[in-house]
Amino acid sequence: MSAKEKTWKEIAPAGVCSKSSTSFMTGDWKTYMPIRDLEKCTNCLTCVILCPDGAIRWRPEMGKIEFDYGMCKGCGICANECPTKAIKMELPEKGEE
Amino acid sequence: MDTQTKQTAKQQLMAMNGDEAVAYAVKQSDVDVVAAYPITPQTIIVEKYSEYVANGEVNTEFVCTESEHSALTACIAASATGVRTFTASASAGLALMHEVLFVASGSRTPIVMAIANRALSSPLNINGDQSDSMAQRDAGWIHLYAENAQEAYDTILQAFRIAEHNDVLLPVIVGLDGFILTHSLENVNVLSDEAVKAFVGERKLPNVLTHEGKVVPFKLDPANPMTMGPIAFANYYFEFKRQQEEAMKNALTVIQQVHEEYAALSGRNYGNGLVEAYRLDDAETALVCVGSAAGTVKTVVDELRANGVKAGLLRLRTFRPFPVEAVRSALEGVKAVAVMDKSMSFGGNGGAVFHETRHAMYDAKTHPIIVDYIYGLGGRDTSPKDFRSIYDDLHRFAHAGHADKAVHFVGLRE
Repeated sequence: MSAKEKTWKEIAPAGVCSKSSTSFMTGDWKTYMPIRDLEKCTNCLTCVILCPDGAIRWRPEMGKIEFDYGMCKGCGICANECPTKAIKMELPEKGEE
Repeated sequence: MDTQTKQTAKQQLMAMNGDEAVAYAVKQSDVDVVAAYPITPQTIIVEKYSEYVANGEVNTEFVCTESEHSALTACIAASATGVRTFTASASAGLALMHEVLFVASGSRTPIVMAIANRALSSPLNINGDQSDSMAQRDAGWIHLYAENAQEAYDTILQAFRIAEHNDVLLPVIVGLDGFILTHSLENVNVLSDEAVKAFVGERKLPNVLTHEGKVVPFKLDPANPMTMGPIAFANYYFEFKRQQEEAMKNALTVIQQVHEEYAALSGRNYGNGLVEAYRLDDAETALVCVGSAAGTVKTVVDELRANGVKAGLLRLRTFRPFPVEAVRSALEGVKAVAVMDKSMSFGGNGGAVFHETRHAMYDAKTHPIIVDYIYGLGGRDTSPKDFRSIYDDLHRFAHAGHADKAVHFVGLRE
């Protein structure tokens, strides 16, 4: 334990967070990462809606979806739900991410 | 119950059973959300309250859930938004809530829950004992137990004040013995709606520092976002649990303060709010009990006293936080004590009330002989004769200087 960590008298009750969830990068939890096939993707945005971590964003200026690999935990819901099977879960290549 | 003679608020006498008295107290407490699932012998509370909702007598969001697990989950979510929340359950229903009980206390959501104490299966039994709430004693909830329907009404009103006190912020169980209290009609003195409103008041929220660096009221609010109930690993989990223990310690004081304030308002008091000593001052033998059995024991104590026997009773009104100091000072001068347990801790050498009472006495200057009597399981009646026989045993133990064994069963066919 680091000396910087607070005592029970100093912290808020009930685990109220001192940091926003966007500052906790959970991307390193994953084993498999989602890879999209732009040929098959119809931009239906089903994956954007269903991602439990909000780690898939619709980028209208680019006309495509984008994965936030820093947040994506690799659950695979997007790949499972994609109606055109445009997302595959793959082991990252060495050095990728 | 002592009757005070000083000026108290005007009251009305109503014929209600324990469950109805609870529902009436909740109605007067201006509760925002009730989420519940019916189970015998608690059902009347939920039925009665849903009538109040249907009649437009209350301004409450009433959530009919598909299970007790969901009921308490809904209550936690509601309470986290800063509103007053109530639920009720019993037996298997409370057992189904088990994991969520810890979430409620850990999230510091001051929910009040009435428990119509009932046995657990198997064999199936719908009658009264305290196996259900005693099995939940380590879930981080405050436990208050009523002796009669009047006290059930009074305790519900106090429970909101205790739970929502900023030094406490813990959920509260108010236990009332199944059928003996829940289904028996009693004359119950009720305060006016205005008097209750003034006493219970509005829920006040403490301020917390959020991740945005703002100090805001502790509630889920889109205008001031905060994360409640996140993951806390080995570096912080322990600190949050220590906070809960401190809240329990604070509750010992708050329970007494709220009880005292209510006594001044209503003219009714129950000892100091933590324990109620009955003819205990010079007692040589004493029973310790929780709940409705105290009524019968008081009658037996009066009979014994009339015959010159120095008998007394200590009723634990508060079981969590366990009132160690109050129990110790009450029992220190007694020669032999029988603790009544209406639940079992199988293989645990006695029941929960026994364990804790004897544990509290370890640091006492003088040590009474302390034995356990398991009684009333599955609604088995415990008569004055049974309690007289226990005082006889205690007299014998006190005379011999020791007890023949620690754990006894009363009212059981041997």
